[in-house]
Amino acid sequence: MNSVAQAAAPPIRLNVVRWIGFKTIVIREYGRIIRIWGQTIVPSVVTAVLYFAIFGSLIGRRVGVMGGFDYKQFIAPGLIMMSVITNSYGNVVASFFGAKFGKHVEELLVSPLPNWVIVAGYATGGVVRGVLVGLAVTVVSLVFTHLHVHHLALIFTALVLTSLTFALAGFLNALFAKNFDQVNWIPAFVLTPLTYFGGVFYSVSLLPDWAQNLSYVNPILYMVNAFRFGFLGVSDVDVGVAFALMASAAIVLFAVAVGLMNRGTGIRE
Amino acid sequence: MRPLWRAFAASNRGVDSGSLALSGATPDAFVMNALSVRGLTKTYSNGVQALKGVDLEVERGDFFALLGPNGAGKTTLIGIITSLVNKTAGEARVFGHDIDRELEAAKACIGIVPQEINFNMFETPHTIVVNQAGFYGIPRQVARERAEKYLKQLQLWDKRNGISRGLSGGMKRRLMIARALMHEPRLLILDEPTAGVDIEIRRSMWDFLREINARGTTIILTTHYLEEAETLCRNIAIINGGRIIERDGMRSLLGRLHVATFVLNLRESLGVAPHLEGYVTRLVDDHTLEVEVSKEESINEIFARLSALGIEVLSMRNKVNRLEEIFMRLVEGRAIPGEGAGEVASAGAPATPRTPAEVAR
Repeated sequence: MNSVAQAAAPPIRLNVVRWIGFKTIVIREYGRIIRIWGQTIVPSVVTAVLYFAIFGSLIGRRVGVMGGFDYKQFIAPGLIMMSVITNSYGNVVASFFGAKFGKHVEELLVSPLPNWVIVAGYATGGVVRGVLVGLAVTVVSLVFTHLHVHHLALIFTALVLTSLTFALAGFLNALFAKNFDQVNWIPAFVLTPLTYFGGVFYSVSLLPDWAQNLSYVNPILYMVNAFRFGFLGVSDVDVGVAFALMASAAIVLFAVAVGLMNRGTGIRE
Repeated sequence: MRPLWRAFAASNRGVDSGSLALSGATPDAFVMNALSVRGLTKTYSNGVQALKGVDLEVERGDFFALLGPNGAGKTTLIGIITSLVNKTAGEARVFGHDIDRELEAAKACIGIVPQEINFNMFETPHTIVVNQAGFYGIPRQVARERAEKYLKQLQLWDKRNGISRGLSGGMKRRLMIARALMHEPRLLILDEPTAGVDIEIRRSMWDFLREINARGTTIILTTHYLEEAETLCRNIAIINGGRIIERDGMRSLLGRLHVATFVLNLRESLGVAPHLEGYVTRLVDDHTLEVEVSKEESINEIFARLSALGIEVLSMRNKVNRLEEIFMRLVEGRAIPGEGAGEVASAGAPATPRTPAEVAR
């Protein structure tokens, strides 16, 4: 045996490894978002243009005022939030399931990064895409309407918490998914209906009592309204409750994702 | 299965100190070896018992062959060490770090080249290796320098900015080796690294692996090319049916084979194998004769006897290399000629593995 083999190992600075590892996952996710920008950024921009053109300009003219604001102003925060939710979720579910399917998730699993760092890295990647798409849709909104800013910090907090929550939900979907069909089920059959019934296009005060009560169990209603409150200063729900709900959901989903990873669900034999 | 709350709490697997070093480890072989495995078992959810109590020691600085037929348990064993597979029971340490209690520190010591291609085919080789270094805590600037070093050494530098999907099979294998070396691991595990690689590239990879082993990296190699294992490795373990059935030094193991089988091409056809007193002969076809010769016997004697019988030999070759001969005999539970029956391990009854100290290099 040579002397190199016998030499004492240099200390392993785990916190440094974790921090650099976390940054690397985020950089890789950002690189993926930019590399396939035609799939990650552009579709939401096109969709937003269509919504503003059809619902905002054509139909919205007949709707008039909603919640005390011009209809286009009213739906703008909802449309931004809808894009954020879809993209945060979609980014993580596609990226992590793709890594499982292509087996390159093993690059991370054999590395010294603990599972909570891996989950945090992917979730942050989802937030990055959510924020990027949110900004792009905001620019589209400004082409069609004037956006009043009531409270910038609340807008940003709602944006980050919502995208974090859905990024983590996307991670759970990717963990359990065994094929591409299962990647698409939740967005198609759960996320889209909840978003449309989450007060993006209307105020729940317009609904009959039973429908209003039903709407209050939809978590997306709280997210859309908290975000809208940041812009317009109006909300169908208690904003404090909305933020508490978002923060709690993010914490619970993070804990569940890490627990499942530690158990090896969907990733280890 | 663990409850979810307990699984969440297990995130750090007992490593909370922020940094770890080996200097405080006790000088016990189990602690100090590059790899120490005791009583490792794995039963898959479908009931298949892939490992049945594996014990294995790999010394620091060794070039170690882990051989076995398909389905013997090699990949499962490697999977447990690298945490890709959850073990059922037993313990394993990598440079003294227990994989149950110090998983992060253990994994920081390991570089793995898996059997299957497992990098993102849509990323460039440069991105793949730089990111891999990041997962091991290597700063980006250092990672770029190492990427240049290893991609050049493995003749991939010209391909660094192309999409990895476009690489040839041999290039993909070399990329996985470059990726595994980016954090300069102390233990490099190569799971069939030269499968499907042409002989020229294979030999250049051998030189490269010898070089990094000479610099102090412990290497564990699994391969189906037994010539590769015989050429490169100093120690060897053979696994079959989830058990280690042999553990020895390469020279020592090869020295235990007392016979070689030669294949003779004959000028004239034969109907039956000729009887040569003291030799085992078999007729493969009417122009091909196999003869088993023990180490003590002269090959000249065979030619003399065949000449006496009027049989002319056109050419001769070894049937298999020595390691292949031993491997086949061990896996099939046959005796190694020249050894006492009691010394031979069978697939059903594992031999007691010899410790590295007992093994003649």
